[in-house]
Amino acid sequence: MWDLLLAPFMIRAVIAATVTGLAAPGIGTYLVQRRLSLLGDGIGHITVTGVALGLLTGTSPTYTAVVVAVIGALVIELIRASGKATGDLALALLFYGGIAGGLVLVQLAGNGAFALQAYLFGSITTISSDDVVVSLVLAGIVIVAGLALMPQLFAVSHDEDFARASGVPVWFYNGLISVLAAVTVSVAMRTVGLLLVSALMIIPVATSQQFARSFRSTMLVAMVGGLVASLGGVVISAFLNLPPGATIVLVSLAGFVATSPIGMVLERRRRARVPYDPDALPLHETSEERHRHVHGPGCGHLAIEHGDHVDYVHDGHRHAVHVTGEGQHYDEH
Amino acid sequence: MTQLSPLVLDDVGVVLDGRPIVRDVSFDVAPGQVVAILGANGSGKSTLIKALVGLNPVSHGTVSLFGTPQPRFRHWERVGYVPQRSNLGTGVPATVREVVASGRIARRRPFWPMSRHEHDLVEAAVDLVGLGGRAGHPVATLSGGQQQRVLVARTLAGEPDLLLLDEPNAGVDHASQVAIAETLGGRADAGASVVVVLHELGPFAPLIDRVVALREGRITYDGPPGQLAEGAAHAHHHDDLEEGGWLPPMQAPLEGGR
Repeated sequence: MWDLLLAPFMIRAVIAATVTGLAAPGIGTYLVQRRLSLLGDGIGHITVTGVALGLLTGTSPTYTAVVVAVIGALVIELIRASGKATGDLALALLFYGGIAGGLVLVQLAGNGAFALQAYLFGSITTISSDDVVVSLVLAGIVIVAGLALMPQLFAVSHDEDFARASGVPVWFYNGLISVLAAVTVSVAMRTVGLLLVSALMIIPVATSQQFARSFRSTMLVAMVGGLVASLGGVVISAFLNLPPGATIVLVSLAGFVATSPIGMVLERRRRARVPYDPDALPLHETSEERHRHVHGPGCGHLAIEHGDHVDYVHDGHRHAVHVTGEGQHYDEH
Repeated sequence: MTQLSPLVLDDVGVVLDGRPIVRDVSFDVAPGQVVAILGANGSGKSTLIKALVGLNPVSHGTVSLFGTPQPRFRHWERVGYVPQRSNLGTGVPATVREVVASGRIARRRPFWPMSRHEHDLVEAAVDLVGLGGRAGHPVATLSGGQQQRVLVARTLAGEPDLLLLDEPNAGVDHASQVAIAETLGGRADAGASVVVVLHELGPFAPLIDRVVALREGRITYDGPPGQLAEGAAHAHHHDDLEEGGWLPPMQAPLEGGR
């Protein structure tokens, strides 16, 4: 047993798993807070092209992956920040272009799609000493930046408008979160693979936010959870001869499933403690605005289900149709 | 201490999506003054206050903060913005203390931890809005009114000289409205200027020095609150649908078509 655990390839795998397990949920906490849980997945798709470029040019895929991932992440952030309705489609085009481009480039390199397998699904036991050093340095940067810049990154992720009104260079910190996520994807590529990297960024956060009261403890508990899942996954996969990347993700998921009953009980208690304010919302507030059209499907205003009816977001507040004996008007909801 | 006017608006206009929302608005705020901006929904009052802090573009005229035109203004730590209550309870959990501490972001340097004094300021701000016992609670466990108080405390923790509040009464229980009004009164007595967008004066009435009323983006009244006709100040009157009001045709919201 100890022969296996102390074999050089296993020691390298454990080091890589340790830094990935800590860095991925660390940056993942900011992504969850910004409601960008799937950003890691998108960057992962684009990074396939980066790996293929490395295979094609004969340079280490780790380096080309970092460069392409960072560029891709910044483009995603630019599209997101522009806030255009077509941004969603643009992102989809970018993601699938990334995968398809990567597959074509690999074929051109004469490696066949098989060469990509190690990067798509991870191959932690074949990681080289050089790659371990690169992983250590890059993950170290992510962990240090994620912890030391917590006040800035929290302010920007929690309330972007307030941060902007405080004079914080929001564009810079949003870009920084994207770059750190891209670096994390490149590092985790060797551990869990590009297709599963998002899982290691998000699942430990989902697990820890069931119990945590504060942002800081959510992040720290998620990092510990990611570490345990990564190390546990590597060891289990070594003994049972399973694919390490997928095993890490399954261990992480098992942690979430095992803790969710406790989380549900805590959530119910938490809800029961929320004070009830009887006069919190006016029961009936009529809108004075003149409507040039009727709110309805396709009217261009965001529709939100609100109990038994639908509200339409109009100039920053919600309007609901109110039918009375005399006719119909809009209420503020 | 300089007695530069904290806020001067000169012929300010705000255009959003090609529609003029605020037009020809000019007024200036004296140090220590408490100004209420009143108006109906859609009168442009929230659009205006967002433009003052740079969240909406100033399309016409100039906004000056402490004597500096807004595009060149750099001392945002002197300006405290309180947004309309958003849903604080979603996403990753955060405690009251963490949210309030983020109000010092304009005064903090990256990689530097908060000093003992700054921690004390955060605790003091939480106490000031009456949430002293709840500093370690997740904001999601607070009522809507208490969450609005957290947002006020967050801004106060940044020690601003000019406070800009966007409808701090909206959807807030009476006790929280009183707590917020008293807190702002205290800041004004200490020399801070306050501009507060309100739907109606409510518990804020005793501290308002001056009312600026907006209608369809233009100033219709600027003066002491006492002389404002009750009807003009009260933004919440029901349209008479029988006479001249625009009647939307009946349609169920989930029906297809138009």
